[in-house]
Order: sequence, then structure tokens, then C-alpha cells
Amino acid sequence: MWKEYKPNMALKKNPMPSQDPKVRAHNFKEVAEGYTAEMAIDEAKRCLGCPNKPCVAHCPVNIDIPNFIHEVALGNFEKAYEIISESSSLPAVCGRVCPQETQCEMKCTRGIRPGSEPVAIGRLERFVADWHNANFKGEIVRPKSNGHKVAIIGSGPSGLTCAGDLAKKGYDVTVFEALHLAGGVLVYGIPEFRLPKSIVQKEVDGLKQLGVKVETNMVIGRVITIDELLKEYHFEAIFIGSGAGLPRFLGIPGENLKGVYSANEYLTRTNLMKAYREDSDTPIEHAKNVAVVGGGNVAMDAARCALRLGAEHVYIVYRRSLEELPARKEEVEHAMEEGVDFQLLNNPVELFGDPETGLVSKMKVEKMELGEPDASGRRRPVGTGEYREIEVDCVIDAIGTTPNPLIKHTTEGLETNPHGCIVTKGESGLTSREHVYAGGDAVTGAATVILAMGAGKHAAKAIDEELMGK
Amino acid sequence: MYKIVRKHVFNPTETLLEIEAPAVAKKAQPGQFIILRVDEMGERIPLTVGGYDREKGTVTIIFQIVGASTFKLNQLEVGDCLHDFVGPLGRPTELTGEKVCVVGGGLGTAIAYPIAKAFHDEGKKVTAIAGFRNKDLIILHDEFSQASDKYIEMTDDGSNGNKGNVVVPLEKLLSEGEKFDKVICIGPVIMMKFVTQCCKKYNVPECVCSMNPIMIDGTGMCGCCRLTVGGKTKFACVDGPDFNAYEVDFDEAMQRGTMYKAFEKKAYEEAKCNLFKKEVK
Repeated sequence: MWKEYKPNMALKKNPMPSQDPKVRAHNFKEVAEGYTAEMAIDEAKRCLGCPNKPCVAHCPVNIDIPNFIHEVALGNFEKAYEIISESSSLPAVCGRVCPQETQCEMKCTRGIRPGSEPVAIGRLERFVADWHNANFKGEIVRPKSNGHKVAIIGSGPSGLTCAGDLAKKGYDVTVFEALHLAGGVLVYGIPEFRLPKSIVQKEVDGLKQLGVKVETNMVIGRVITIDELLKEYHFEAIFIGSGAGLPRFLGIPGENLKGVYSANEYLTRTNLMKAYREDSDTPIEHAKNVAVVGGGNVAMDAARCALRLGAEHVYIVYRRSLEELPARKEEVEHAMEEGVDFQLLNNPVELFGDPETGLVSKMKVEKMELGEPDASGRRRPVGTGEYREIEVDCVIDAIGTTPNPLIKHTTEGLETNPHGCIVTKGESGLTSREHVYAGGDAVTGAATVILAMGAGKHAAKAIDEELMGK
Repeated sequence: MYKIVRKHVFNPTETLLEIEAPAVAKKAQPGQFIILRVDEMGERIPLTVGGYDREKGTVTIIFQIVGASTFKLNQLEVGDCLHDFVGPLGRPTELTGEKVCVVGGGLGTAIAYPIAKAFHDEGKKVTAIAGFRNKDLIILHDEFSQASDKYIEMTDDGSNGNKGNVVVPLEKLLSEGEKFDKVICIGPVIMMKFVTQCCKKYNVPECVCSMNPIMIDGTGMCGCCRLTVGGKTKFACVDGPDFNAYEVDFDEAMQRGTMYKAFEKKAYEEAKCNLFKKEVK
């Protein structure tokens, strides 16, 4: 227990100031507006500073949570930022998109008693990072070069983290990004209203100040292969953080009708290409009735983008029940507040189009019920034989992605599993090829930002150990 | 940045640009494509590689002005730079077969040319057929003549003396007993559909089409460019752009190609209008 102040024993978290749901459903501005300093200090005082630190054990990168919160309570925000930075490279990002309720906050002592909420660790992390970004005036010192060259493939969370950690140690790091903008899923996938792109840009700029080179428009495998990076470009180690970018489709009739999108396409058009803005050259359909298939965070993002693009009715069509929805609780709540219509226990079986325009017009769904638990531990949805049709003019498949096979196809001896994920040895991320490491969704399949970040950190450590001959 | 080092205007709607992009030039092969963006808020435009000079480090593209983005692209001059230029993307054309016929329609001829040349350079026997709307729109006449053993040029209105679409001479050759190991067609989807039907009729062993659907990233990420081939969904950007034409669902591809027609038309009018305003100032 901290000595400097009495703990705040309020049962509930300080609520997050947010845009009104009715207003925000029609704009792309950030939904959650962030704590003020007063709120942050008040919330920080809810932390008891338990000696066993259950929160730290449940953070994938083991941020020293009680200590940073303690500094917040004392008003030492920059000190708090330093503590977070020791373990996390992207606090402004993670404070916004981490599923805290299944990680740090899940085991918070304050949340054990019924009716009592855990400390709002995520909101505090975000506050600290935003405070630092707004107020830090010091200069980033470029570390002394150690002369070793490392290539990072992909500029998503794992790649940026790995690049940052290595650059801080003095490595000559080059990040290769296939798209025209760095950030990976943080820029093409997660929408502006959940993660403003200026925050991602700030992280990328920070890396550049550390000396990291970022080469966009570089599709590794096509423009340069992994073997060429090693032999012709003399990189001594490579980290592959190419993510899980290949969309899955349902495989039902009518899926190639016009107006049927993968969530990747819908989100890329909206977020990366800024199709929601008047000054963007990229088109997107402004549909009236949109059905998003799936129940993860990506499905929630797509549904909420559709609302903001002017849809009158947006459905989430999910074959299991509310309890099994894999999305973060907060995202589901936000979507519901904004008016997204959850059609649970419904499985799409066929799409019909307007014969004249070729545009999707109806979705046929089967009513489902829950049976025995399946391999994932969730109760398996079983068809009831009862069907109905929903009128739609846009369908978005958000049923998951798999790793892009381009690097696998162009790199001899790089072992992958039957799902196309790169096989690695333990925490180091070393692949079946010498000097080649991998991490993030390319290894695990689609997962979270923080897990990818953790993998980038571990790989950076392993690469450093290899190149330093430890 | 990717500098424009040469610009050649074929006619009011078709332009060639040679662009400095050494990394792309080093790897490009016939049949592959690139994606470019004109400016910061620009669309990602996929264009098939029209040629490359590995020594100079340049890549040639030939495009048709069909909408706002290609209109903007056409406003650029030598010395200007493109904001983005990525490639080569997609799989290269397989240069198998000893006796081939390369069929190009309209702008598709620009893509057909490097393919015909690649076959010809390998010592294969090449028949090239190119079709245009009228004689003023004919491009690459000399290039095709040099890259083929036999070159047939058609115009829809007969203004060059050869009236008809590309299927007419193809059907004539095949009906007269000409045997091709392979026919490769590149052009509007409707043209490729009819070339494919003709090849099927005369049992040409292999017919390949080069698809150019709507795309965003070009790396397999969005699935926008999907099409049905042999009953399966394929992505033109990573599985193609070349496909076994006998298995392609051309009608679906045509339908999907019209997704943003209305938007494109509006944006094109606006772009022309904006330019006009600039000129008046």
C-alpha cells in the first residue's frame, strides 16, 4: 500500500469522457476523449499497489503497472511514461486498443469483489502516453551505431516494436513496408475513431528520429526476396512481421456479387485510403442496409465505419450468442450504443443479387442454436433449419484472416504450418532459416496488437543476442 | 520519389510514361503489374508493366484516361514525380508454347506487346493480333511488327482498311487450320470472353487471359480483385493476373468491373471541371 496518499475506494472506474453516441455515429473523430489530469490522478489512487502485482503477470509485455500508476497518482506523468516505456514501445496505441478486460484488468485486486470494477489501467496508460506526446519537450537521442544491419519486414505493431528496440541498442534498422504508408493494421485496419492515425504517425516519426529507415512501397518477396536481403543487401538478421492480411470468405453462393466486401477491403478503403473524406480519390459504397458477418473487433470496426459512412441500418450477423462474441466488451458496447443491430445466432447461407445491377440485395440466414462446446471451448452453433431473409445492399465478411503467403512462396526453407503461419522456435521467434526471425500475426494468425508487440520485443532480444555473439 | 523521364501522348486518351523506379525495373517481367499513386490523397491505380529498362532503371506504363485518377496522371509532365510506385506485382506470364498467338484489344495491346516481345525474343513463333476502335487510336504499330512473325491490325470502323474485331482474324486463321499451342488475350473483358469462346470452338490447347479487375493493395490483402476460376475464388493480384481463360467466369468479372462506374463518372467530371477552373485563373 502506498504511503503518500489514501487510496480512493470508489467501487467504479472514473468513466471515460466520450462523444455522445448519436453524434459520434456520424463522424470519424475519436470516440473516447481521454481522462483529464484530475481524473487520471483520482483513478490512479484506486490502485492499492498490491505486492504480488497480478496485473503485471497478465500483461503480455509485463509493464510495471502499479509503479507507473503510483507516479500518475503523484502527478509525475513523465516519470510514469518512462516506466511504461521500459516495457512497451506503443503505449498510446495499446492504451486504446488492448483488451485490458482479459489481461491486466482481469486480475486487478480491485475488481475481484462483485460490484467493484478494476483500476482503469488502459485508460491510465493512454492518459500517460497522450500527456507525454503533448508535453514532452526533450530531444530523442540517437544511439551510437554498432554497425550491424537488421531488416524488418512489415511496419505493424510487431515490426515497429522490434525496430524500436534494436534501434535503441544502436542497430542500423530498415523497415520495409508493402503499402504506401507505415503502420500496418494500425493504419489500414483500425479506424480513425478508435485510433487516430496521427498517433501512429507519431510512433513512426519517433522511430525515424532514432535512426530507423522506413522504406514504403516495398513488397518483400516480389521487389526483393529474403535471400537477397541477406546476401546482396548484407542484412545480418531479418524479422518478419508481415501480419495476417489474407481475408477469408464464407464460401456461400452470391459472395462475388457487387457490394460484398471483405472487412479488409472495406476498412482499407475507409481508413488507409480515407474514402470517407471528400478529398479522397478512392471510392466506397455508401450503402443503406449493411450486414457485417462476424463477431470480432474487426466486425465491430466495419459495422461502426458503415454507420459513419451513412448507413441507415447496420447488422452484425453472428452465428453464436452474445456470450461468445470475441470482440472486446467495450467495442461491443460502443457499437450497441451507436445503434448497430446485433442479429445473433444467425448464420448466412446465401446472398442474392439484383439481376439487373448485380448488386447484393438479400441475405438468407439460418437460425442457429448452441450445442456442445467445440475445440475452441465455445459452444458450437447448430442449424435449426429455420431460414429468413434480410434486405441488404452491402455485406462485409469479417470472419478472419490468414497470413499472406507471398514470403513463404518466395523463401526457400521457411517452414510454415498448415494454416500458413510461420513456424518459430520458442520465444526467440527464430524460424527454420538461420538469421530469420518472425513474430506477430504472421506466426500466431490474427491476434492482438499487444501480443504482436510482445513478439517483436522477444525477437529483438534474440537478434541482439545472436549478433552480439552472446 | 519516382520521376517521369519520358512522356509520349499516343492520342487524346492514351499516354505512355517512362518512370524512374530502379527496384521495380530490376525485377519486372512481362505480365506483371505495378500500382501507383499520383499524390497524397490519390487512389492506388494498378497498371500492367508496358516495358522496362533494367540498365536505366526505368519502367514504362501505358494508360487510358478513364476517370479522375488517370486524368490527373495525364496532367503530369517529364520531371514531375509520382507519389508512389510499387511493383512488380502478380505472377509473370508463363512463356511456354512454341507457337503462340497474342491478342490485344485497345489499351490491352500495350500489355500484349511486352508479352509478344518476350515470346519473340525466346525464338518462339508469334502471331500478334491487335484491335482498335479506329486508325487514329492505333498504337505500337512498329513495335508489334518487329515482335511478331505475323502481325494483324484491326479497326472496329475499318478506317485502317481491316474492319472487324480481333476475333475475326483469329477465327479465320483457326478455321483455315492454323494450330497454336497457346492463345493469350489481353483487353476488355468482353473481348477476352469472345476470344476464349473462339479458341474453345477450335480446340486450342491453351487459352490464357490477363485480368485487370478493380484492386486496392495488389498484395492479396483486400480480395477486391477476386474472380471465379474453375468454380473457385481467386485473387487476380496474387494468383494472376493471368488465368486459364477456359475456366474464368467472364460474366461475373464484367459485372464486378462496374462497381464504381457512377462514382468514377462523377469524379472524372469534377476533375475536368477543377482543371478548367485552374486554367481560367
